[in-house]
Amino acid sequence: MGSEASERTAVGWAARDASGQLSPYTYTLRKTGPEDVVVKVLYCGVCHTDIHQVKNHLGRSNYPMVPGHEVVGEVEEVGAEVTKYRAGDVVGVGIIVGCCRQCHPCKSSNEQYCNKKIWTYNDVYIDGKPTHGGFSSAMVVDQKFVVKIPAGLAPEQAAPLLCAGVTVYSPLKQFGLTSPGLRAGILGLGGVGHIGVKIAKAMGHHVTVISSSARKRGEAMDHLGADAYLVSADADAMAAAVDTLDYVIDTVPVHHALEPYLALLKLDGKLVIMGVIAQPLSFLSPLLGISRKSITGSFVGSVEETEETLAFCVDKGLTSQIEVVKMEQVNQALERLERNDVRYRFVVDVAGSNLKVA
Amino acid sequence: MGSEASERTAVGWAARDASGQLSPYTYTLRKTGPEDVVVKVLYCGVCHTDIHQVKNHLGRSKYPMVPGHEVVGEVAEVGAEVTKYRAGDVVGVGIIVGCCRQCHPCKSSNEQYCNKKIWTYNDVYTDGKSTHGGFSSAMVVDQKFVVKIPSGLAPEQAAPLLCAGVTVYSPLKQFGLTSPGLHAGILGLGGVGHMGVKISKAMGHHVTVISSSDRKRGEAMDHLGADAYLVSTDADAMAAAVDTLDYVIDTVPVHHALEPYLALLKLDGKLVIMGVIAQPLSFLSPLLGISRKSITGSFVGSVEETEETLAFCVDKGLTSQIEVVKMEQVNLALERLERNDVRYRFVVDVAGSNLKVA
Repeated sequence: MGSEASERTAVGWAARDASGQLSPYTYTLRKTGPEDVVVKVLYCGVCHTDIHQVKNHLGRSNYPMVPGHEVVGEVEEVGAEVTKYRAGDVVGVGIIVGCCRQCHPCKSSNEQYCNKKIWTYNDVYIDGKPTHGGFSSAMVVDQKFVVKIPAGLAPEQAAPLLCAGVTVYSPLKQFGLTSPGLRAGILGLGGVGHIGVKIAKAMGHHVTVISSSARKRGEAMDHLGADAYLVSADADAMAAAVDTLDYVIDTVPVHHALEPYLALLKLDGKLVIMGVIAQPLSFLSPLLGISRKSITGSFVGSVEETEETLAFCVDKGLTSQIEVVKMEQVNQALERLERNDVRYRFVVDVAGSNLKVA
Repeated sequence: MGSEASERTAVGWAARDASGQLSPYTYTLRKTGPEDVVVKVLYCGVCHTDIHQVKNHLGRSKYPMVPGHEVVGEVAEVGAEVTKYRAGDVVGVGIIVGCCRQCHPCKSSNEQYCNKKIWTYNDVYTDGKSTHGGFSSAMVVDQKFVVKIPSGLAPEQAAPLLCAGVTVYSPLKQFGLTSPGLHAGILGLGGVGHMGVKISKAMGHHVTVISSSDRKRGEAMDHLGADAYLVSTDADAMAAAVDTLDYVIDTVPVHHALEPYLALLKLDGKLVIMGVIAQPLSFLSPLLGISRKSITGSFVGSVEETEETLAFCVDKGLTSQIEVVKMEQVNLALERLERNDVRYRFVVDVAGSNLKVA
């Protein structure tokens, strides 16, 4: 039932400036509209993009900013026209909370590509209020952008699937890369990379993890189940791997050369670049043409694909590998994430934290 | 029937050095093998790549070199195991005359991507002899690489379809860009570009020619049938065209910025780069990811696709727009082609020329 009585108060941890330091922040959530779902947050994953946002790396940050876009929570209340969810359901929210619903992307179930999409945090909602994310006690979200967390997935492990998981799943589906037997390359072994290994393996792909050092070989092969491990600085190994891969998921978040990875691709191979990199990347046109290779990019996934990702993970018995922290430790978690010191995703136990005290 | 009696003599026009100047050159063709087809050359198209080759722009030229890879001729003789062709048939030969037949590209009818392909000229055949192209009285070609020219196509107009035509047709087919109603961009209006306009129009696409100047507007709209003409230096027009195209065929043969053309693409749009450009091209990864766009390349087409291109052109009543020259004028034609002074392909009337005298 809708509550017209008063606006809810939420307590979140917000960045106040580009130092990116988070601290308690109390604010109001909008009144529950007919299509809204009120979510009491249980857990929230921490994504590298959160660092970019709180530290204003992308130049568009507005403070105070409560980050967090891998949100799992419990429904407290629903608006009058919400039929899909009811109080007590465990649900998830990703990186988008609004879209225009009219454009071609919206109408073709690609709403994450809507030019008027509204981001879960650091954006402005249709009511004029800033959006705040899941590092908070609660959120109010339009039902279109809420997904059910299937039974069989622990809520804290479901959180990273809402961004990192669907970020890998969506392009594999959209680019026709789901058949068993394909040969995958996963470049970079962070939040997206580790899920990439698990999802690609579960699809029956032969998975090669590509890394700049030998340091993660044991983890990749023994813990994540990769079939092979390729050190990009090993010229002989790279030469032997030329023309062997159907696709490479490139999760490197900084500027890097593409040619070594393009060379690994077979005829019609695809290099899917996930990184949001400010400096131009380059390539040689003959090296694309000579094997009809493609360079492409992808951005999270649709709500529908998010639901598919969750169902896929339950079906295949997959889940994320996480380190749970309390909100009181979130600043340290952000620092460690920036150093890639996490196996492989931090998840904040929001409901189990004392949000009011730094 | 195979002729074991003697090797044939051919008279071609060859480059002797990197000046690229062509002059008469007599050489022997191999004896007709069981799978060989002896072709008396009637016409041969002139492609920009011929300039690169005769002038050693790619650094691998061997002289004397008889260029020409858009060859139309008449079968003079066939080997004992040739059943597809017989004397008198009008046939075509493109840019490849050999492949390994074992690799994945060969087995999947993508033999132009075979790592061991043999080029029609400036290469070495399986018998150790240099390959020479269609600027010559005759060629001996394995039947696999010979296509029938359908009746309904004048031989001189069929020639450019064997390279420029299939160069456009193949990626449109392979990238799923053949449905009616797509919005096409053709960047550059040379040999490949003009075929791009015709083939895209015939597929029922809305075709925008993109050019750096207004100079070719009349030709593009009135003679080639383009639906729109976009001047890339017109910032307002380019801004209005953002997010409107399903694909852009980029025929620019020199280094150029890609961002203005990537911006024109819609969700899932494809930029297909045809140019063989030695300097790296660059792009911004967020601008690919934000609309799941791709940058890709393509190289001519398979023999099967060449046959499809010919059949398509007959079916749609299309043909190339050419300027016929005699071999005695070929050096002048190469100079004019380098200045893009041709509408839109030179074709040498080989059989009607006096090949023995410069």
